[in-house]
Amino acid sequence: MRELWELFIVFARIGGFTFGGGYAMLPIIQEEVVEKRGWATEEEVIDYYAIGQCTPGIIAVNTATFIGYKLKGIIGAIFATLGMVFPSVVIITLIAAFFRQFQDYAIVQHAFGGIRVAVVALILNAIVKMWNNSVKDIVGIVIFIAAFIVVAFMELSPIVVIVASATAGIIIQSRRMDMR
Amino acid sequence: MIYIKLFLVFFKIGLFSIGGGLATIPFLQEIVRKYGWITSQDLLDMIAISESTPGPIGINTATFVGYKTAGVFGGIISTIGIVTPSIIIITIIAHYFGKINEKPIVQAGFYGLRPAVIGLIGAAAFEVAKISLLNIDEFVNTGSLITLFNLKGIALFVAILYLMDKYKKHPIVYLIGAAVVGIIFKY
Repeated sequence: MRELWELFIVFARIGGFTFGGGYAMLPIIQEEVVEKRGWATEEEVIDYYAIGQCTPGIIAVNTATFIGYKLKGIIGAIFATLGMVFPSVVIITLIAAFFRQFQDYAIVQHAFGGIRVAVVALILNAIVKMWNNSVKDIVGIVIFIAAFIVVAFMELSPIVVIVASATAGIIIQSRRMDMR
Repeated sequence: MIYIKLFLVFFKIGLFSIGGGLATIPFLQEIVRKYGWITSQDLLDMIAISESTPGPIGINTATFVGYKTAGVFGGIISTIGIVTPSIIIITIIAHYFGKINEKPIVQAGFYGLRPAVIGLIGAAAFEVAKISLLNIDEFVNTGSLITLFNLKGIALFVAILYLMDKYKKHPIVYLIGAAVVGIIFKY
């Protein structure tokens, strides 16, 4: 029971400090799940992201479910997910009930102006930390650059990138095995 | 009954929106047209609110529509509806993932996938950087390179990178610090 409670609390903390989409939660996942608690390795988190991206549902929730399941089975998946959504439910309900013009307050806009800068810095830092475990050779560098460019500048769907890069990985690795 | 209907509608959204919170928007537009639970103005407000509050955008919108339609309990039911498909599908995948992830073909797939995921994460950071570190509109209007860079944003960015490297504190510390700096210096 204590571990389930811990899953709930950790994911509530992650949900409460994820500003702007699933990828923004990566730095906090890295800190709380990988570094502090060793619940998953960095590679596993990246793999869960990849799977979460091309399966139905919200990426943040999919990742929470995956880590919760890995630790404590189905009940762990449920607790992690409930934790992840708990801050949203509380905060949005309060805003919907009391301050509908929340986003128009100058103080909120200024705070978010600052937060967005921090989000860029935190994600960049997370990428640097994951780099060695994910990009192993020149092929990895090429795939990284290609994925970045097609999504950032050509607005291709991330799902296409996931499917194409997995296929490329399988083709390249099987060629290498044939050569041996 | 409204709760069952809310659950089913958001269950459907959870099941069919692949790849992030913004994928839910077309479904929400359908809610506006079909059920009239919220107006199009509500939808616009809600997207703005979701972007100015913590938490996944898909979850925030589910809670908002549910609350608007049927109060606090409606918000809870809608949120449970949107996450239920994830719990079912990911639990099934996670169950088999443990058995197949050591297979060479799966490892080969992830060999290609991992750098791509890093690229996707980089692209997500770039999207935020475009609005917080650069002034693209101003640059297009004036054509002078100096106006492209948001110096206030870049100063805070460099300061955070330096502090992260030096002190290695919890990410939440930097988020709160940046919010305070943002309020004081009107970012």
